[in-house]
Amino acid sequence: MFSQLRTLWTVFLHLFHRRVTVQYPEQKPDLPPRYRGRIILSRDPDGEERCVACYLCAVACPVDCIALQKAERPDGRWYPAFFRINFSRCIFCGYCEEACPTDAIQLTPDFEMSEYLRPNLVYEKRDLLISGPGKYPGYNFYRIAGLAIAGKDKGEAAAEEPPVDVRGLLP
Amino acid sequence: MEMTVQISIDGRAVTVAAGDNLLRACLSLGYDLPYFCWHPALGSVGACRQCAVKQIHGDGDRRSGRIVMACMTPVAEGMRIAIADPEARAFRAGVIEWLMTNHPHDCPVCPEGGECHLQDMTVMTGHVRRRYRFTKRTFRNQYLGPFLQHEMNRCIACYRCVRFYRDYAGGRDFDVFATHRDVYFGRHADGVLDSEFAGNLAEICPTGVFTDKPLETDYARKWDLRGAPSLCVHCGLGCNTTVNARAGRLRRVLNRYHPAVNGYFLCDRGRFGHGFTTSGQRLRAPLLRGRPVPPDQALARISDILAQGTAIGIGSPRASLEANFALRHLVGPANFHLGLPAAEARQMAAIRRITAGPVTIAPISEAERADAVLVLGEDLPNTAPRLALALRQAVREGSFVFAETLGIPRWHEAAVRTAAQPVRSPLIVATPAATRLDDVAARAARLAPDDIARLGFAIAHALDGGAPAVPGLPADLAALAEDAARALAEAHRPLVVTGTGCASSAVIEAAANITLALHRRGRPGARFHPVVPACNSQGLALMGGRSLDDALAALAAGTAETLIALETDLYRCAAAADVDTALAAARHVIVLDQVRTPTTDRADIILPAAAFAEADGTLVSNEGRAQRFVQAFVPAGAIRESWRWLRDAGIAAGRPDFAGWTGLDEVTAACAHHLPDMAAIVGAAPPASFRIAGARIAREPSRTSGRTALAAEISVHEAKPPDDPDTPLAFTMEGYYGPMPPALLPYAWAPGWNSVQAINKFQQEVGGDLLGGPPGCRLIEPRPDATASYGGGVPAAFAARAGQWLIVPMHEVFGSDELSRLAPAVAERVPAPYLALADGDAARLGLGEGDAVILELAGASLSLTARIGLGLPGGLAGLFPALPALPAWGIVAKGSALA
Repeated sequence: MFSQLRTLWTVFLHLFHRRVTVQYPEQKPDLPPRYRGRIILSRDPDGEERCVACYLCAVACPVDCIALQKAERPDGRWYPAFFRINFSRCIFCGYCEEACPTDAIQLTPDFEMSEYLRPNLVYEKRDLLISGPGKYPGYNFYRIAGLAIAGKDKGEAAAEEPPVDVRGLLP
Repeated sequence: MEMTVQISIDGRAVTVAAGDNLLRACLSLGYDLPYFCWHPALGSVGACRQCAVKQIHGDGDRRSGRIVMACMTPVAEGMRIAIADPEARAFRAGVIEWLMTNHPHDCPVCPEGGECHLQDMTVMTGHVRRRYRFTKRTFRNQYLGPFLQHEMNRCIACYRCVRFYRDYAGGRDFDVFATHRDVYFGRHADGVLDSEFAGNLAEICPTGVFTDKPLETDYARKWDLRGAPSLCVHCGLGCNTTVNARAGRLRRVLNRYHPAVNGYFLCDRGRFGHGFTTSGQRLRAPLLRGRPVPPDQALARISDILAQGTAIGIGSPRASLEANFALRHLVGPANFHLGLPAAEARQMAAIRRITAGPVTIAPISEAERADAVLVLGEDLPNTAPRLALALRQAVREGSFVFAETLGIPRWHEAAVRTAAQPVRSPLIVATPAATRLDDVAARAARLAPDDIARLGFAIAHALDGGAPAVPGLPADLAALAEDAARALAEAHRPLVVTGTGCASSAVIEAAANITLALHRRGRPGARFHPVVPACNSQGLALMGGRSLDDALAALAAGTAETLIALETDLYRCAAAADVDTALAAARHVIVLDQVRTPTTDRADIILPAAAFAEADGTLVSNEGRAQRFVQAFVPAGAIRESWRWLRDAGIAAGRPDFAGWTGLDEVTAACAHHLPDMAAIVGAAPPASFRIAGARIAREPSRTSGRTALAAEISVHEAKPPDDPDTPLAFTMEGYYGPMPPALLPYAWAPGWNSVQAINKFQQEVGGDLLGGPPGCRLIEPRPDATASYGGGVPAAFAARAGQWLIVPMHEVFGSDELSRLAPAVAERVPAPYLALADGDAARLGLGEGDAVILELAGASLSLTARIGLGLPGGLAGLFPALPALPAWGIVAKGSALA
């Protein structure tokens, strides 16, 4: 009997508490930048695609919902010919972002992705690629990696010496 | 019984083979010990200092030990070593850390990533954080041709590449250039790597300095590549390969270790020839008079045609036994013809007479250990490259024996080379033109095919007086014959190699006499190796049937209405005029093939046949080994295996016996049942009902990605994976992976071993037999009781004719094979059609290297470029690409400058 009265009293007190329910969608929740929502592909500070098509996000994905195909520009820069995420399978675990060695793939606080048709949840590269660096400004993989690309020759990456002159090695 | 010794590893007593080195012993026992410079086929040089272990003195504790390099330390009775010792661990981690100081930060954009020995070894030693804060040394890359990509910054200077390319494969245009820490591996300048084994650098290199260039145009990581055990279809050696596919496309071919056949290496024709499967020449839909039709419509038309009258079938040496048997069964044995030109059929029959005799056919592994080799008429680096590589090692056999007298074990590579520099086992090469094997040959003779045969007969006579003598042999040839006979007679394991390369039955008959003479002299170690032109030539010869010329004659005479040609381009097998006549006379021409050929252009009905990676079947190699190749993926469109097309045609024609052929096993069993010589082929691989732990074997690695996205743009509902009624493998990642019969191994992987070196874990001892025994079964075994007798067909000596040249076929590793030359990467290496001439003849005609030359042959005129300096004897000319009617007499004239 006492227990029931106490319950009623507790519920009654809640009338005077601050409301925690957010009136979504009229009122938008304030999500931190690390929230794991819709996935995007970012660009490096030079405006080039950050994704180098290394396949690490695809292999890290526990539901195998990322597929891509590596292609190569004439200068040797790798990029994905297509990059597809099937969001109808995605569980937003964020492993792809953790695996990405170039900070290209990022999860954003946007979660409003409902669709009436499942095929509309299949995002291609044109749907994923944004115009900026996203959460990680500054990082440019090709400035650090040893691979030469247009505008960055051998020996011009971070902490690299100029290329050895092989002719100079001859006795 | 092999000698063994007892040693202790980390306190555990183990038994290892005496005379071995510690590294191989540890790896064979399953210990994970990192290494770079050591390779089971290349031996030990102790260069990388990575395989350090602690050797403990006497009965002391671990503090009394010292660090030794496992690869350079022979095992000894009672030896105590510690792999897990903290000091040894720290040493190994330190070595990796040094190797990584200059390694570029580019694993994500490195094609080796995910199957990189350096990644594996780095993880194995536990080096995870870079402490070196100074600058990295860099190099410029080189263009190395269409097969290999060069990224020199990734090099860790293990020297494996030069040791393979120069020491093992005999290449000259690749080396190491070095002072202090600036060690560069490459050519003297940009350019195509000459060696036909250069592609092996992609597997030999423990990191990503040399990578498979064609793969990079359609790249996928190893974890995404669906694998299947397959066979190389570009020559007769039957090298085992792993084919890798993803998203319905064949991506690459890798070596698959077979202890008796190809070991660790493939030639570039086999490695890069797969590109024909995606070439523009590929047939993808059934065509009825050039119009694509649904399969049922094509089959209905074929059943109508078959009901009308007699059909003649032409089998193919590049199709599987099952496909040939299905055709033989459809048209009846009397109407089944071998897709071999008449001359080649005679040569195959001559080979058959030798193999039916008392001498064993050498597998490549035995050829590699031969201590005297005679090559008669075969340009091995171009017709059977992997065998040429083996003979290059056979030449070293004498140096190993010499080194053993000094107490140097076989695996002590650098010491053997230094100690036994001038010692070589005899290799005698007699061919019409220079070969790339001549540099290691004790004697190389340039002779016309008939003179090669005469030399062979003379050698046989010198070995055994009972063999027919050769009258009127010139003194130099007689002396060569004596030398060769002495070399073969003194050897414990002499080997005679011959084949169809110079298109002469007499050469093969001569080789038959030599093998028989060796046998009669009591050489049980004597071996023979026949080189045949295509991947199933031996199988087709075992199957038996009438020759192609009979088929063409029957069609021309109107005794049959219909021709069914199986994976054969008739224009490569017979004179164009004869083929034209036969095809014109045939009322219906049905062709099954993988690619468009001049024959398919003349066909009424074309059925698209599956290529090797898209089909299952059995092939019989040079040595008579029946081996199974397994499908890697289901091809798009209406492409089917040839035997399935023929089965469906049989069913459509109302033949009840075809209805029972539900899977490959039924066809193989029917083939074995009808052809007693082939009874053993059912044992070439486990049947489709084979299961391990109740499961099929998974073709895809367990970490294959993109399953729910790869085809999502077509449908978000993932399709059911295809069934496989033909093999015990599953097309998906679901299934068993672990120890298994090696004939089924879809890819090599073991925990911690992602690179190709994971094959260690599937071997009984590293570099030795596979767990579960060697794949395949030998169909041709020697018959010691065979009453073989010497052949007496000694030909007359070659006599040059005034104003005429005997045109002999020339072979090119890139270009002579019908299919591989369609691969874009290989096509870049195919030489322009040429005529090789003797230097004296060329000078008389006023021709230099590369000049235009016109050849009049059998009424046709061919415009070619001249090649000189190949050492051809006068009066002989070599034609590439070869024509079916060779050798034949032709007239050579200087071409006009414009031509």
